[in-house]
Amino acid sequence: MKLLKTLLGSGSFAFGMGLFLLTLLSALLGPLLLHVDVSTRVGLAYLAPSSSHWLGTDHLGLDMVSLLISGLRSSLYVGFLAGTVATTVGTSIGLYGGYKGGLIDDVLTLSTNLFLVIPSLIVLILLSASIENGRSLTLIALIIGCTTWTWSARAVRAQAVSLRNRDHVALARINGYGTFGIVLFHIMPYLLSYIFMVFILQMATGILCEASLSMLGLGPYDSVSLGKILNEAKTNEALTDGAWWAFAPALVLITTIVFSLYVINTSLEGVFNPRLRK
Amino acid sequence: METPIFEVDNLRAHYLTRFGQKIQAVDGVSFSLKPGEILGIAGESGCGKTTLVSACMGLYIPPLHLSGGDVRVDGQSILGMDVEVNRRDILGKKISMIPQGALNSLNPTRKVRDLASDMIRSHDDRADKKALYARLRTRFEKLGMPADEVLNAYPVQLPAGMKQRVVIGISTLLDPRVVIADEPTSALDVSTQKAVIKLLFELMDQGIIGSMLFITHELPLLRHVSNDIAVMYAGEFVELGKTEQIIFDPRQPYTKALMGSMLSAEPGHAGQKPVAIEGAPPNLAHPIQGCRFAERCPVAMPECKAKQQQLRLVRARQVRCQYAE
Amino acid sequence: MPSEPKFQAEALSRSYGHGKKRVLAVKNASFTIPSQDIVSIVGQSGCGKTVLAKMLLRLETPSSGSLLFNGKPIASERDPRAHFRSVQAVFQDPFSAFNQFFTIRAQLRSCFKLFLRKPSRDEMEARVDAALLAVNIKPKEIEGKYPFELSGGQMQRMLLARIFILRPEVLIADEPTSMVDACSRANILDYLMKLKKELDMTIVFVTHDIGLACYISNSIFIMHQGEIVEQGPPERVISQPTSHVTRQLLQDIPDLHREWLSRSSS
Repeated sequence: MKLLKTLLGSGSFAFGMGLFLLTLLSALLGPLLLHVDVSTRVGLAYLAPSSSHWLGTDHLGLDMVSLLISGLRSSLYVGFLAGTVATTVGTSIGLYGGYKGGLIDDVLTLSTNLFLVIPSLIVLILLSASIENGRSLTLIALIIGCTTWTWSARAVRAQAVSLRNRDHVALARINGYGTFGIVLFHIMPYLLSYIFMVFILQMATGILCEASLSMLGLGPYDSVSLGKILNEAKTNEALTDGAWWAFAPALVLITTIVFSLYVINTSLEGVFNPRLRK
Repeated sequence: METPIFEVDNLRAHYLTRFGQKIQAVDGVSFSLKPGEILGIAGESGCGKTTLVSACMGLYIPPLHLSGGDVRVDGQSILGMDVEVNRRDILGKKISMIPQGALNSLNPTRKVRDLASDMIRSHDDRADKKALYARLRTRFEKLGMPADEVLNAYPVQLPAGMKQRVVIGISTLLDPRVVIADEPTSALDVSTQKAVIKLLFELMDQGIIGSMLFITHELPLLRHVSNDIAVMYAGEFVELGKTEQIIFDPRQPYTKALMGSMLSAEPGHAGQKPVAIEGAPPNLAHPIQGCRFAERCPVAMPECKAKQQQLRLVRARQVRCQYAE
Repeated sequence: MPSEPKFQAEALSRSYGHGKKRVLAVKNASFTIPSQDIVSIVGQSGCGKTVLAKMLLRLETPSSGSLLFNGKPIASERDPRAHFRSVQAVFQDPFSAFNQFFTIRAQLRSCFKLFLRKPSRDEMEARVDAALLAVNIKPKEIEGKYPFELSGGQMQRMLLARIFILRPEVLIADEPTSMVDACSRANILDYLMKLKKELDMTIVFVTHDIGLACYISNSIFIMHQGEIVEQGPPERVISQPTSHVTRQLLQDIPDLHREWLSRSSS
């Protein structure tokens, strides 16, 4: 409870969280409050914003607001799923290698570095391109998750290394705890706040990766995503046509979500690390 | 009668916590030092000795506040002045400190000569660079360090013992009248410890330091260091007298317990059983009625918890216990 | 007939790092620790005493040399838990020795992980209660409490309570009194003596304080830069030291009755 109070007291946390919750709520409640329809033509192509269609229409005459809400939901979903996968994989590898040390650590670090060096975007492009049909949102999220975990692994590993020589870990060992028990009960709890921050950053990464993929035309085939909206706007020359509503709102939304996540992360750092507090 | 160089008069200081609690960490401490004297303050963690250091130097940075009393150097009060004035005229010049864990108090990114020059420059802007270096050189040589080597090194390049000497050197650059040494030897090996004490003695003998306050929890050390000893418990002095008196003939029950807990490595004394005391020092957030040691005192009487104990003269030293004799 | 010595070491060494950066924390240590002895390993910080203690505890593996426990090589059983059933430890800093996320009682209960036959829930609680009483703590005092809610002295006693539950043959005590106030020091030592008497334990005491070592042990090892430079009964070591390291150490310790360092002006 005291933690929550401290968090809410921090201006930047309140701001970041507020912003994020706003977008989240828009995504969740949007379809309930507004009529979201991404398949029916409601007017001509690139109609300017009006009272009936707040953000006009896209190149197919579909309602932009519906598209944006739909896109928002997809992007948040990808962010969440990719973030979860990346954090889980990266944390597990980092914790295990960091605690064990020795050969296991060397092997895991080598693997991590290999993945790090391979440009993840290239891998994403190749994987995405090779899966012509069935490139669903979920699959994309999983692919992103499986290629962006390296940062988490390195970050968590460093923390695990600093904890493994602590007295309470030695005590756990002479109490008969095995590796799994020690990592789970004696190392991870100390890193929970750190892992949470890692998760937030992985979420942001996931959203940006998806946007990049979609901008390259390798986005999900079955759903609307913010990146896809941007891609369509680019392909259909919305910029030259002056149809700012076809890309600007999507851009703003992506920026807002990622920005809010970064702000939350920074403010959490101030709260969780007592030495950074004033 | 020689005028005391350092006088502390019924000094009281408290902490104000975030929740509004007032913790009276120092509650009425008085003593005086003549030139050339060393007063040892013995006490365990939590007794208030670290707070006493800040309080004596006039360093009242919140949450620490002055409750009352006075501190005088050469007859002049050093309390109640502006923070800037305090920093410029008092700290380092009149009264200086060798902090606990001094080995880590040297900025690792700057050379020793720069750290030392900063000390002088912060009190005297006009100092000429060349003259300054020459002054540092003379002083460091005097302190038994290879001056040119040490001055041009970064702290990380120096061994622990040398670092401690550097810290002592810098703290005493301006020939302070009073030096407060707060556990200067606690993190050191016994051999380095001895060298550091030797250095402090030399500084006193050469008149670079006027007088010294030596704070430690290690009693055998005080035996060889101080002229007088004050034993501190829960923010107060419970016994104050000459070193021989306190060490070999303690009169206050807490002092007796403290002396009894020492273990010696001297042939013949090796088998002495140390005395144990249950419990822990009182929480100073709540005002305590009666004697503060009564809870743990082996010879406490019922009246001890009722009456506030004052210092009284017993066998030529001050004792805070109405039953001591 | 003399019983088997608890530990026997022959040219025991432990190094860290490779090539140029190689550091020998323990060099060629050879010694015997008889059963039911109290041995102190004395030395200044960095002399290797903690690394040696960890090797006896099987938390570190020797780089070379041999170490026998009860006559058998220390790593003869793959599962280190077998060793931990016989050899346990108390550490210097009682606060960092416990996990801050679990209650103290839960952590005492986790001792039972080492037991071959896990006792019933009731039996576990009874044994924890008995151990607490053995260190003069009423079970109610620590009910539902986390480590940070207790004092240093209480936490140090929790470390000892563990030993009362586990009842090992050997206890490695790594500076158990250095972070404890002078008045409580004697208490801790009393509990250690109580443990020794009740359980016929062998105690290996690691400390930098030679006075403490003399009081508590019947044999002292002096360590310096990874090597054991002197071994023997306390009275002999302090009155007739054979190593210059010991002599220097004794000279440098401030003592009440000896001339240690004089002030020319006093």
